[in-house]
Amino acid sequence: MTTAQNPVSYVAPTDLLKPEPAPVSDRGAYGWARAHLFGSVGQVLLTLFGILVVLAVVPPMVRFFITDAVFIGTNREACLPETVGRPVGACWPFIAAKWNQILYGFYPADERWRVNVVYGLGVVLLIPLLIPRAPYKRTNALAFFGIYPLISFVLLTGGDLDMRSFVLGWIGLDFGVTASANGLRLTFWLQFLVVTLLAMASGMALAPVFGGERRAVALGILKAFAVVGIVMLAMDFDFGLPQVETRQWGGLLVTLVIAVTGIVASLPLGILLALGRRSELPLVKYSSIIFIEFWRGVPLITVLFFATYMLPLFLPGRFTIDGLLRALVGVALFASAYMAEVVRGGLQAIPKGQYEGAMAVGLRSGLMMRLVILPQALKLVIPGIVNNFIGLFKDTTLVLIVSIFDLLGILRASFTDPAWATPTTLFTGFGFAGLVYFVFCYGMSRYSMALERRLDRNQRH
Amino acid sequence: MVHSFKRILLAAGVLALGVGAAGAATLDDVKARGALNCGVSQGLPGFSNPDDKGNWTGLDVDFCRAIAAAIFNDASKVKYSPLSAKDRFTALQSGAIDVLSRNTTWTMSRDTTLGFNFVGVMYYDGQGFMVRKSLNLKSVNELNGASICVQTGTTNELNVGDYFRTNNLKYELIAFATIDETIKAYDSGRCDAFTSDQSQLYAVRLKLTNASDHVVLPEVISKEPLGPVVRHGDDQWFDLVKWSYFALVDAEELGVNSKNVDQMVSSPNPEIKRLLGSDGKFGEAIGLPVDWVARMVKQVGNYGEIFDRNLGPNTPLAIDRGLNKLWNKGGLQYGMPVR
Repeated sequence: MTTAQNPVSYVAPTDLLKPEPAPVSDRGAYGWARAHLFGSVGQVLLTLFGILVVLAVVPPMVRFFITDAVFIGTNREACLPETVGRPVGACWPFIAAKWNQILYGFYPADERWRVNVVYGLGVVLLIPLLIPRAPYKRTNALAFFGIYPLISFVLLTGGDLDMRSFVLGWIGLDFGVTASANGLRLTFWLQFLVVTLLAMASGMALAPVFGGERRAVALGILKAFAVVGIVMLAMDFDFGLPQVETRQWGGLLVTLVIAVTGIVASLPLGILLALGRRSELPLVKYSSIIFIEFWRGVPLITVLFFATYMLPLFLPGRFTIDGLLRALVGVALFASAYMAEVVRGGLQAIPKGQYEGAMAVGLRSGLMMRLVILPQALKLVIPGIVNNFIGLFKDTTLVLIVSIFDLLGILRASFTDPAWATPTTLFTGFGFAGLVYFVFCYGMSRYSMALERRLDRNQRH
Repeated sequence: MVHSFKRILLAAGVLALGVGAAGAATLDDVKARGALNCGVSQGLPGFSNPDDKGNWTGLDVDFCRAIAAAIFNDASKVKYSPLSAKDRFTALQSGAIDVLSRNTTWTMSRDTTLGFNFVGVMYYDGQGFMVRKSLNLKSVNELNGASICVQTGTTNELNVGDYFRTNNLKYELIAFATIDETIKAYDSGRCDAFTSDQSQLYAVRLKLTNASDHVVLPEVISKEPLGPVVRHGDDQWFDLVKWSYFALVDAEELGVNSKNVDQMVSSPNPEIKRLLGSDGKFGEAIGLPVDWVARMVKQVGNYGEIFDRNLGPNTPLAIDRGLNKLWNKGGLQYGMPVR
């Protein structure tokens, strides 16, 4: 500030030199091209090569998928060169005709609204979960990971599992009651009640041995059984929905069910396995190692094949597990073994000082992992985790070999429909499938990059 | 270690057989379940493939629908298991399906050592040749010196060699790893002829740039009798499936079809009366009501109708009936008499 009493000794002249714009060779489109496309002889060659590749690939694809393509029609006639009178590219009416199968497989037409509800609910719950700023994260996560799978299960299968015996029934104690209402059997729920009470009683009896408080232990057991009971009640209750066997599921529905189950199950399982592998308890450590190495050592096809065709031979009598469920369990265990190694990589990257610091402030090992180590380790391995997710999403196509018709499987079956057999049906179908897989995988990839940037904001080196 | 593993496998095998044998009364199981479990292919044009509405259609599918019509008077009470060539037999052995209606070639080893019974031949297939119409060929024997496209590693490849050598014909085989590559090569003119099983040739023809420029030669050079299969150990079920097939063929021979079956019930022809149950109680011998054939024909049609609907001249496949004509029309389809 200058005043008359305290004149400053120097005032900068106001007529400073105006900044010159950067030389023409460094700015604008020309400058950018010079810097990025034609900076050196090597770059020039690479650029030319790139342009050639684009010219060789893009125009034929545009011609096949758009310019020469047929968009309207009701059967193969519409896509034949004889009918159209010119070379024909993609036969899009084929995709339109098979659209319902692509989305729902062989799901009965009258029941497809159930799949739509599951799709819609999934989107509604997932989007706010993925947006960092959206509120109510805890409630949202509980809804998506806890309640949504239950609703989906009941909607997609029809629920009404007709559960008959719970623990006691297996040893012949079924109280001899046959009454049932709304799909719920009295004997099952009597057994459940008795088991709950027994568990609470034994919990109270044993609590002092382990230094717990009787009331708290009993209450904890009651809560656990209540949650299990509510889940079973929902699955057992007859909501009046017709049953739809999983063999009728197909298309995108199956692809998403397998991929989402695999993704959601593999992360927590993988974290547990990774922690187990680094545990100092030999039993935990070696069982984790054996599990991981076994599942990483066999191909997914073998796992699926074994689960589908060999397992029934070993199971007693007429005891069967649903085919899709077997594939789901196989995929989840397989993916978790891979996930475990990714997470272990993250754990190893955390400096020892972090562990020591956490211990120094008095954290027990569980809290140390939860509050200090895992948040850092998981952040480090986001690319690896998402890599696994993407791989898993694409691996779901392998279920075709065990007669589960996923998106690709349903398209392959549709290729054999004589009403749509044309020279280009096959390429149209595969082109479309490729597009669908790309949309999902690229979406996951972009989201993980955004997530990395957000979590990395204060730590960029 | 090896021994113990073998023992486990053996035990598993015995267990599987035990399970199969335990469900001996297949018809009772089917009735209790309320649906027929039918093994079909994962997609073979005209034999079993999903249509636009997601329903399985085709010759093999219609046979299962006919059995369901005979048992339940409702052709829709079928649950389809689309099976790959590898696991079709496991599925039948383990009892996962009641009948395998999946273009399976009737061979001695399958009929005997695998523990199956073939009920008949739904479709007489055989290896044939497709050529361009412009070549003006009438017979395989005019293919002397031709180049022939074939998928490698198939019996088709071996059959061509055998046949051409036996008949002193010159030929050049051009083999490809997959069927789609083979089609493409033939379509682009790399070979004069394309060989495969005839049923497949007709399906392949639809994928060529100009389907009507190609023709399937009438002769076949190998025997591929395709038929439905059931497990050993339940003769009543075997009879039921076998006679369902015979009855469909008999119905065509006697002129009973889905449109006239209601009038035909009162026909004076004794053969028709026996077939449709207005004379005698033949259905009861296989555990079905007397009108079992009428139910099948009414809902699914006779053999000829089934063939025409799925493979016939009005379908894109337009397969020539050839060997699958009735015996009295120059073919091999011969239904044993209901009497």
